Amino acid sequence: MSFELSGLASYGVFLLTLAAIYAVVSLALNVQWGMTGLFNIGIAGFYAIGAYTSAILTTPASSEHLGGFGLPFVAGLLGAMVTSGIVAVFVGLITISLRSDYLSIASIGIAEIVRLIFKNEDWIGNGVRGIAGIERPIGENPLIYLAVVLVVLALVYVAVERARKSPWGRVLRAVRENELGAQAAGKNVFRFRLEAFVLGSMLMGLGGALYAHFIGFVSPEAFEPVFATFLVWVMLIAGGSGSNKGAVLGAFVIWAVWSGTELLTNLLPADFTTQASALRVLLIGVLLQIILLRRPEGILPEERPHVGASPVSSTEEEEEETA
Amino acid sequence: MDFIDLLQLVVYGLVLGSILTLGAIGVSLLFGILRFSNFAHGDIMTFGAYSAFVVVSVFHGPVWLALPVGMIVGALVAIAADQLVYRRLRRTQPVILLISSFGMALIIRSIIQLIWGPQDRSFVKGIQMPLHFGDIVVRPDHLWIFGGCIAIVVAVHLFLTYTKMGKAMRAMSDNMDLARVTGIDSEKVIICTWALGGALAAAAGVFLALDTRLTPMMGWSALLPIFAAAILGGFGKPYGAIVGGMVIGVVSELSTAVLPPAYKPAIAFTVMVIMLIVKPTGLLGARR
Repeated sequence: MSFELSGLASYGVFLLTLAAIYAVVSLALNVQWGMTGLFNIGIAGFYAIGAYTSAILTTPASSEHLGGFGLPFVAGLLGAMVTSGIVAVFVGLITISLRSDYLSIASIGIAEIVRLIFKNEDWIGNGVRGIAGIERPIGENPLIYLAVVLVVLALVYVAVERARKSPWGRVLRAVRENELGAQAAGKNVFRFRLEAFVLGSMLMGLGGALYAHFIGFVSPEAFEPVFATFLVWVMLIAGGSGSNKGAVLGAFVIWAVWSGTELLTNLLPADFTTQASALRVLLIGVLLQIILLRRPEGILPEERPHVGASPVSSTEEEEEETA
Repeated sequence: MDFIDLLQLVVYGLVLGSILTLGAIGVSLLFGILRFSNFAHGDIMTFGAYSAFVVVSVFHGPVWLALPVGMIVGALVAIAADQLVYRRLRRTQPVILLISSFGMALIIRSIIQLIWGPQDRSFVKGIQMPLHFGDIVVRPDHLWIFGGCIAIVVAVHLFLTYTKMGKAMRAMSDNMDLARVTGIDSEKVIICTWALGGALAAAAGVFLALDTRLTPMMGWSALLPIFAAAILGGFGKPYGAIVGGMVIGVVSELSTAVLPPAYKPAIAFTVMVIMLIVKPTGLLGARR
């Protein structure tokens, strides 16, 4: 089972895998922000919890960090979702009913605390040195891992899309559009928001776990928390927040743009290479502002149900009558 | 840990608190008028500090001259961000502005890295002789920072209380529609609020850089305690921000007596969350 991919093809597989992982996180954010209107900019916190949980559950015993359970890959993913979910329940109980700007500030704080804990508590994840040797399932072949990630992405997409179309998803949109109205209709707004927050955070944890097994290494600084969070936000908004298709499309498009800017900055003279990453971030930041100003609904806008829609025949009859 | 050590920590806390206060007043004023929390505030701080650093490093000017230069640049950056982007988004939901300001934070930070590079800098080279007040040790810098902050806060107070523009700002913060009806030019007031907020942020940045070091991330790291201070004092209440800043500063420093110093940002956050649960309107009672 050992065939070598050429340099370019293997780079392509690498980028596609990361794009698919980002798409999972983008779908997760869509559950929280797109569907429910919960402003979470602490994505990196749940992502890190997922990555560490899976790393601890699946790696062999080590004196340097917690764990040594040596469980299979799937158990790592499920464990990541459970841990992120449990943390999200506690965080959500405290912060979920806050106004959106308070929630966003609280979410930064949570992500920061998660980072501080992983960085300073050596016994959990070996501190700044991180956990290495996290294995991929079914061998180390990158193509197989890409297939695994795509299968997970497809499962997440189907689940989230079904949730969106379900009565549960409709209540979430009602909460987003008109909280008081949803309350007046007898819906427990707090419970629905909490459920959406927990589901989204679990999927963010899942994304983190997929990432940990792909890279094979986690550390507190491995995923540039602020930037990763920002990139996911740009993906969702560019794709079309509220739409799951948009969330996935946005992830692939923005990831392509982000990777493309690397090719662009590679053309710069050697003196500027240290500044290249700053230039790339600048471009993505400007791109976000342009999207917000020019096309805030994204590439694939959310499908909004027609208000008061009734069977076509009857509306036609009514129109004829009024005419 | 005896009494003197605690007193020493309180001194450090007041210095940190006065820096946070300057940032929090700006955040609070902007929230009062524009109804959104500006996530780019920390990075405006950093930009102002680096601009002031140019005066010291390139032109070998003194720090007291660098401060107003940094403040002017901070004000200009804030106005530019508003005119180029925020102004056009004002009619949408406030939460879109929130996302936009998150992007603006990264734009400003990457510009800082493009101009000044990623490495750490420091304003004052060499070791300063500490001053001794009994058993309490104070760096001369700390006196400058504390004194400078008090002077600026007093100036802001006089501005808000006695000038026409200051009164207009408070009126808009209290009731936007009523203020417009009385003929206040809201666009002008908004620009002035950005200028004031940006200048205060830059001053906070310069003082923070004097206290520690100049790094591209310093403003973003200070954002959480600054927001905590603004929330503690009551969002939209500039005078509350003074109380909030001092409380957060002192509590953060005192926490190092029992917890590793690395957890300082977590303390600010914890105080903020407790406040949000117990009294979400802040110590001085903000409007919701």
